[in-house]
Amino acid sequence: MTNTLSDVTWILAFALLALAPLAIAGIALMNTGLGRSRSAAQSLLGSVILVAVAAIFFAIFGSSLAGTATQTGAGVTVAGKFWDLSGHAPLLFGSAGFHSAETLRAPLVAILRIWSVVLLAIIPWGSGSDRLRLPAASAATVVSAAVLFPLITRWTSASGWLGQLGVSFGLGAGFLDSSNAASVHVFAGITALCVIWVAGPRKGKFPKPGVSTAIPGHHAVYVLLGCLLALVGWIGSNGAASLLLLNSPLTGVASTALNTMLSASAAVLATFFITRARFGKPDASLCANGWLAGLVASSAAAGLVGPGSAIFIGCVAGVITPLLVELLELGMSIDDPSGAIVVHGVVGIWGLIAVGLMGALAAQADRAAQVLAQLVGIATLLGVLIPVVYLIFRLLNKIVPFRAESEGERLGMDLYELGGGAYPEFVVHRDEFHR
Amino acid sequence: MRFAGFFLLFAGFFLSLAALVLLPSLTVRFAFVLCALAIEATGLTLAVRSHMAEALESQR
Repeated sequence: MTNTLSDVTWILAFALLALAPLAIAGIALMNTGLGRSRSAAQSLLGSVILVAVAAIFFAIFGSSLAGTATQTGAGVTVAGKFWDLSGHAPLLFGSAGFHSAETLRAPLVAILRIWSVVLLAIIPWGSGSDRLRLPAASAATVVSAAVLFPLITRWTSASGWLGQLGVSFGLGAGFLDSSNAASVHVFAGITALCVIWVAGPRKGKFPKPGVSTAIPGHHAVYVLLGCLLALVGWIGSNGAASLLLLNSPLTGVASTALNTMLSASAAVLATFFITRARFGKPDASLCANGWLAGLVASSAAAGLVGPGSAIFIGCVAGVITPLLVELLELGMSIDDPSGAIVVHGVVGIWGLIAVGLMGALAAQADRAAQVLAQLVGIATLLGVLIPVVYLIFRLLNKIVPFRAESEGERLGMDLYELGGGAYPEFVVHRDEFHR
Repeated sequence: MRFAGFFLLFAGFFLSLAALVLLPSLTVRFAFVLCALAIEATGLTLAVRSHMAEALESQR
């Protein structure tokens, strides 16, 4: 891949990357608002710490495994095809950093990857809200940022074995993912599921089989403000990915930004009407989840579909989100306060399928072959990541326990881990959930 | 039950790879990959059911 960026395009790519951390701020606020008031400071401080841990461990180790687009990675040859499984770039971007970089693309892609791994780190944090200990979350982040995320990023990149399915096996353009939906969102959804399995539900959440206690988020304003911040961040990251990973022209970046907005809008409207129809009034936290689901679906598809398709993709994301959030809680006893399994995992998978069904293809390309490439990618993500991540977390749990002690859950994670609350002047209310 | 579920998830993944390597026709490959995803869904269901029982037990 050569550097084809003009100065103007480079400045635009950097400006878009500068917006992307707002997605991280948005998710952190949403995680905090959807948890209890007595865990708010731990939640937000935890997000900051996890951002730091993820950035440092990815920079030191992960960047080496993720490799660069111009360098052939390490892999195996099976059935006469080379399967690129891992990069082998120097640790910490090489001893000279990017001073010796020949093109601008490498440093910009590195920044995009760091934003991505940071986003990946804080998404499961919200799912473990009110009982997940920060040291355990940090240990899990080290594994994700240093090893798992780089490998998945490599596999799904244009030079990885999934990205090469088109060249190797004639499957369309290979696995397509316009803005790291697979390596960030699907992976984050799987990580959230494994965190919940290892940490268990909050005390009092499931008093009897088939019965779930509602534990509402403590701050709807944080949650909805987080949604608006996330939109700006998503436009930045999707736009930058469109320039850097898809080599889109400037018109393509505008189209990506438009599709991101349309997808989120369609999703939130769909969730608004679904929750209004089901509960009589729209539900603020589910609408926030719907909005975020629209953004997640756009991560897979925004750079590769038209505006009509973006609206349809967002609409489907907005319909399935409230229904599946309810199913997971009531039907499967999964206590996911932030809804990350559905919003990031399931909707991320929907976005990847939608790219195969509706994405722009080359003139001679076969639609069925492209869908097949997407399905193979999804089978890989589910079949490899769920067992591997769960087993790693079970091992980590023996070294660094994931779940706070019962006393910590009763006091709240703020007092338990930080020694002070987020709202010290508020009167502490009666504990109605912990039995 | 949980580990049987994980075994099925791995099995689905390997079946999808085998379909790519061993089968020439797009239609047959498609059918095999769909079967692989169905096996993974079964594995995930087993793992979820195992953890449902554990989640309810932890509340007692």
